[in-house]
Amino acid sequence: MAASSLLSRLLPMRDDRGSSAFFVVLLAVAVAVPILHLAVPEGSALHLSTYTVTLLGKYLSYALLAVALDLIWGYCGILSLGHTAFFALGGYAMGMYLMRQIGSRGVYGDPVLPDFMVFLDWKALPWFWHGFDMFWFAMLMVVLAPGVLAYVFGWFAFRSRVTGVYLSIITQALTYALLLAFFRNEMGFGGNNGLTDFKDLLGYDLQSSNTRVALFLCTAIALGLGYAASRYIVGSRFGRVIEAVRDAEARTRFIGYKVENYKLWLFTFSAALAGIAGALYVPQVGIINPGEFAPINSIEVVVWVAIGGRGTLYGAVVGALLVNYAKTVLTGALPEIWLYALGALFVVVTVFLPQGIVGLLRRKEATA
Amino acid sequence: MTDHATLVPTPPAARGRAGAMRGVRIWLAALLLGLGPAPALMAQDDSADAGQAATASQDASATLAPLLAELGGAGYREKQALVARMVALGAPNTRLALRAFLDGALYQRAADGKVFIAVEDGDDHYSLTDPLTGAAAGGASGGLKRIRTNNALRKALRQAIAQFELSDPDAAVRLASARELVDDLDEDTVALLRQRAPVEKDAEVLAEIETGLALADLGSADAEGRMAAIEHLRGSMKTAVYNRLNLIAEGDPDTAVRKAAAAAVRGIDGWRKVYGWIETLFFGMSLGSVLVLAAIGLAITFGVMGVINMAHGELMMIGAYTTYCMQLLMPEHIGLSMVLSIPAAFIVSGAFGVAIERGIVRFLYGRPLETLLATFGLSLILQQLVRSIFSPLNRSVSTPDFMSGTLQINEALSLTYNRLYIIVFALIVFVLLQLILKRTTLGLKVRAVSQNRAMARAMGIRSEWVDAATFGLGAGIAGVAGVALSQLTNVGPNLGQSYIIDSFMVVVFGGVGNLWGTLISGLSLGVINKLLEPYSGAVLAKILVLVFLILFIQRRPRGLFPHKGRAAEGH
Repeated sequence: MAASSLLSRLLPMRDDRGSSAFFVVLLAVAVAVPILHLAVPEGSALHLSTYTVTLLGKYLSYALLAVALDLIWGYCGILSLGHTAFFALGGYAMGMYLMRQIGSRGVYGDPVLPDFMVFLDWKALPWFWHGFDMFWFAMLMVVLAPGVLAYVFGWFAFRSRVTGVYLSIITQALTYALLLAFFRNEMGFGGNNGLTDFKDLLGYDLQSSNTRVALFLCTAIALGLGYAASRYIVGSRFGRVIEAVRDAEARTRFIGYKVENYKLWLFTFSAALAGIAGALYVPQVGIINPGEFAPINSIEVVVWVAIGGRGTLYGAVVGALLVNYAKTVLTGALPEIWLYALGALFVVVTVFLPQGIVGLLRRKEATA
Repeated sequence: MTDHATLVPTPPAARGRAGAMRGVRIWLAALLLGLGPAPALMAQDDSADAGQAATASQDASATLAPLLAELGGAGYREKQALVARMVALGAPNTRLALRAFLDGALYQRAADGKVFIAVEDGDDHYSLTDPLTGAAAGGASGGLKRIRTNNALRKALRQAIAQFELSDPDAAVRLASARELVDDLDEDTVALLRQRAPVEKDAEVLAEIETGLALADLGSADAEGRMAAIEHLRGSMKTAVYNRLNLIAEGDPDTAVRKAAAAAVRGIDGWRKVYGWIETLFFGMSLGSVLVLAAIGLAITFGVMGVINMAHGELMMIGAYTTYCMQLLMPEHIGLSMVLSIPAAFIVSGAFGVAIERGIVRFLYGRPLETLLATFGLSLILQQLVRSIFSPLNRSVSTPDFMSGTLQINEALSLTYNRLYIIVFALIVFVLLQLILKRTTLGLKVRAVSQNRAMARAMGIRSEWVDAATFGLGAGIAGVAGVALSQLTNVGPNLGQSYIIDSFMVVVFGGVGNLWGTLISGLSLGVINKLLEPYSGAVLAKILVLVFLILFIQRRPRGLFPHKGRAAEGH
């Protein structure tokens, strides 16, 4: 509680009980999960397996992605149907670092070239693979690759005043084009199979449970920081303008704001956030392949946010966690039912709960 | 097949007879080579066998039987002689038997030495046809020995068959035969063609024969003759002609002939390029028509109503599955079921569409991004529904006869019928849709509601009813598109997904709310795709088109043909 009140004093969170609750829960989880995994003996009912820790870490990276999307959709009205493109680019940047870390431990034992390049009979590392043996460079790319793409894409799109449905469709075209491109072996990203068989990260074995816990903690911290940054942005003057753009773009422009610049920087920030989420996702699931670019994945992210409740940030987190938990449970127990359930969730939420679960709770509170 | 064939011993009876007749056959073979293989010439000969050919044909088919039976035990040279005798006989079904022999489908039954045309129709089971009558003669599993051929024999067989076919009453058979001969010219075939040329009535067959003769003349000794032949062959698109002219352009002793040949080659090159372009255009048009079919229903729901229907692809899928079901209902009449599938798919998908509109979409008017989410959820449900009812695997839909095959325009250009039909079909659907929107009361109401809902309502139009009908119409068109797609791709639960993004691109490129825009953008995107493909490969072509679209929308955010006026801002 102390931490959250400190945060709320640092950040302009006027009367934001949702965010406070988010930080409290996140802190509690970040403390409890490692303890339950490492300190509680394996036979105990309270013990969390490595699998569960990794699964939770994966959920948290999804939550960060959802926050990134909520930032532009909920606050600025930009519905990106291609946000997993940025997520996947961040993931690929991390994957390339992890590939270089394999070194001569690959199947073909080449000290420099990853297995798939040896398999394709390539003699030298393509130019864009250089530098990825250095962690700092890879981390820079995790932010820069999606950020620059988003900046360039947004620069064109927002200056031409492409809005609404049209923007959604061209973001979808973007991720679809990337999907097709990354499937090609000639691109040099492992083609269909993507990047996998990772061994270690900064020298720590990726299979060990300590590394898994550390990754989980990193993801939790990244989510906390990403959330705080987003919260800060939407609470600032910049955020006010962004909301004005969402509600009345033409008016905001006439008042004298350079609407496209506001949109562009928000979009770029959101893409970088998505890239970080992707970079945290990859070492935990152990693979990145072009399937991550699939437009359907992006739409699924939109649904997490819609279900949780957009324009609140914590709603996005709630939605991402709930839907993914439901997905894990249902695809395990009743794989047939999962798509029905997800589909029905889409329909019910959009038709009957335009403000999502969070909106429902708020409305209850208001009537009580 | 061969393993089992060699295991069966040849009947001794056939072997004995074959030996006794050897002398006669060798003599006949010599005669055949000397005089050319024309049946008419053979009939005039006074040998015993040729005399038989002159007698009645029912008689001849009776004497064909022992000749066939002898084939089994004969050596290759003896077989050749036997073939010559069969040709000389001129029995009505000789062509059938020779064709089967050439195709390696002639078998001898070990039990009684009888010869059949056998086609393997299952594991070691053959269905038999009597070569004498052309009638089915039951089946057999085992006990058959294939009558083998070698190169020389196959050549003789081809020649013999061509001889029959060149005088066939059916012009199509003559044409096919002439083509075959021209591709494989030698002295004997040229003789055959020369013989046929004066009596041939059909213009197309005659042209083919003359091409063949001109090709033969290219080898003539005097330059004059070669020049004339080159002149004749100038516009021909045949590969054989092209290769031959190329050789002459390089190696002919006469300079004038070389020049003429080179000019002819350049001319042909030019035409080949033109035909290549036509073919690319055709492929592009057919891909474009598929895109138009897929997108045009979307253009209505998205363009006219402002609703983003992500389940549009699944409505196409439903149309494709309707086709599949219709074929299950009438497996005997594939062609008819195909035709009936079109209205059936329209009704089924249309009904789904009306249900979607009434159940979901009507709550979401004015919120296009949310219709996107709701209908996307619906698309997941529909996909899973299909998986549960049919299976997650692809279903196979057969192609009716009238849609298979190719339209061969010349050797450089052939168009497949299914693509041709798709283009025509897309255009018909487009015209019908335009007529509905522009000439019917429903169309008038749809346009009125899309332009100004409040005013339309004030004029007494029941806008809710119009909404449902419009959505149903768009969905029905999607179903019809599904019927067409069932002929082109796999019918499976993912059919819709693979088309939905392309369809949106087409609508946005063309300009929302403009059916002409959809038509033009669909066709041009298809053509652009196919134009790029030879240079970049299929995947890269698609990527380039997507990038082009992304950039295009920056320049013209409202598409090729934007809606003019205030209504455009509403979308």
